[in-house]
Amino acid sequence: MTPHQTDRVATQIINLLVAVVVLILLFLLGDIIISGLPHISWHFLTSPSSSFSAGGGIRDQLFNSLYLLVLTLVISFPLALGAAIYLSEYAGNNWFTGLIRTAIEVLSSLPSVVVGLFGYLLFVISFHLGFSILSGAIALTFFNLPLLVRSIEGSLHAVPDSQREAGIALGLSNWRTIRGIILPAALPGILTGIILSAGRVFGEAAALIYTAGQSAPIVDYTNWNPVDSNSFLNPMRPAETLAVHIWKVNTEGVTPDAVSISAGASAVLIIVILIFNFGARAIGNHLYKNMTGGK
Amino acid sequence: MDEIQKKLVSPSKASHEDILGRIISYTCIAAIIILVVSILYFITSRGIATFTNDHVNLWRFLSGTDWNPGSLDAKGNPQVGALPMIVTSFSVTVLAALVATPFAIAVALFMTDIAPKTGARFLQPVIELLVGIPSVVYGFIGLTVIVPAIRQLFGGTGSGILAGTIVLFVMVLPTITSLSVDALKAVPGYFRSASLALGATRFQTIYKVLLRAAMPRLLTAIIFGMARAFGEALAVQMVIGNAALMPHNLITPTSTLTSQLTTNIGNTIMGTLPNNALWSLALILLLMSLVFNLLIRFIGKRGTINS
Repeated sequence: MTPHQTDRVATQIINLLVAVVVLILLFLLGDIIISGLPHISWHFLTSPSSSFSAGGGIRDQLFNSLYLLVLTLVISFPLALGAAIYLSEYAGNNWFTGLIRTAIEVLSSLPSVVVGLFGYLLFVISFHLGFSILSGAIALTFFNLPLLVRSIEGSLHAVPDSQREAGIALGLSNWRTIRGIILPAALPGILTGIILSAGRVFGEAAALIYTAGQSAPIVDYTNWNPVDSNSFLNPMRPAETLAVHIWKVNTEGVTPDAVSISAGASAVLIIVILIFNFGARAIGNHLYKNMTGGK
Repeated sequence: MDEIQKKLVSPSKASHEDILGRIISYTCIAAIIILVVSILYFITSRGIATFTNDHVNLWRFLSGTDWNPGSLDAKGNPQVGALPMIVTSFSVTVLAALVATPFAIAVALFMTDIAPKTGARFLQPVIELLVGIPSVVYGFIGLTVIVPAIRQLFGGTGSGILAGTIVLFVMVLPTITSLSVDALKAVPGYFRSASLALGATRFQTIYKVLLRAAMPRLLTAIIFGMARAFGEALAVQMVIGNAALMPHNLITPTSTLTSQLTTNIGNTIMGTLPNNALWSLALILLLMSLVFNLLIRFIGKRGTINS
């Protein structure tokens, strides 16, 4: 074969492999949506789940997922923001910073099941929080922190140094410069990072099985008192999320319509995550345009 | 006079603010460090209890093939041989990485060198969506599509290493792809220009220049993918069969470290041997993730392109 023929063949092979990957994604999405959509109904979304009889819904699981997501972000965002500000604005180029970065890398490469087990050991057992939304949210925070720190640090780094110099030149303190100039400039990037991490948190299950638990007690959606054990806002109750529910009905096999429930729940999960993904892009672009007055 | 002096030598409002800012951001970073250290400490202290409290021989633990921590064998030793799980975990990881790498590098080359515009427009979202699909959904599809297909084709139950490999292949594909794209983009443009100017075809440039210049970072990409595959729990657990048996071929039910952990840790009592043995499996997972980390650092250090 001449080099040109090899070139043509190789290009065709690469195109073929790419096509296979695209087909895999199309198949996955198609399979989830086509087998899931018929099961999604108002009834499915608004009725409680049932373990031993068919026809259960996912109301509580859906709410738990969203509530857990909000709690996780409330805990992890301030921490991640502080840490990212340190890394991007204060950290010197020395061994200590290297150590911190290594620590964050280690945290991000830990398998989520290990993070979940640590949460189980420390919060569920040692601190007697039990299987609760709070334990789950803290475990998810560990899982979410490194990603969030990295994406926020990236957006802070992307702000040009001239902005910092301008702030200092105006006689502002470093902190005022960060708060008043750099953070607003980095906001679109930070927001995109948060929404993307929200998608991951929403679909995470391995870290939750032994922290937020695998049961969804019936709660009262009209009770707004968060310390009442019956209230839907109570963070100390066990809470099975949507992703955990899919796992549980498939592995325990006592629910007669497990396949259709998980098909429907998977479709809901994917749709929410698609909304997060596209939302992240749209909001990021929109904010960026607004702030730069660009095209 | 005194008042002016006082004003000049005492810290200004701005420096107070600055101290506040420092305190806030230092606290956050300290919290993260404490967190990492305590994870390492807690998992390790639990994980070594099998060897320190229950006096299980470390070598027997790593090389034994019978996993039945509740009972004793003929010689009165607890049956805690973790080898089946270790072998299965490594096989699915390595196989998934082997299958995924050609696809990942092809997609990355397509995005950087063959059709960058189409790549950015269509393949970037494809990769991002693949990352976004939760692992339980992968597991569910594996359970409803892949396991029955394998059962049809090869017989048996359908669950096993092959099913686990297929699921993990799709899961690590986006990880390896996006890091490979970064690796190929980091090769300076003049490498390409120089090779093309010498009359090399595009494939010759790719094969003889790009892939070699990017090799260390491509390797890191593959290791990142392997780390993800090794630690993946639920998707694998749903398709692997969960029998703590030595895998004889690719389609017999077996169990990975992660699947054994997720299945059984809730069914054992804290502080007993069966529970401690599971924490030792968690310790293996933790140590392996540290090893992957070290490998990435080691290769990464040698792989920076000097321009």
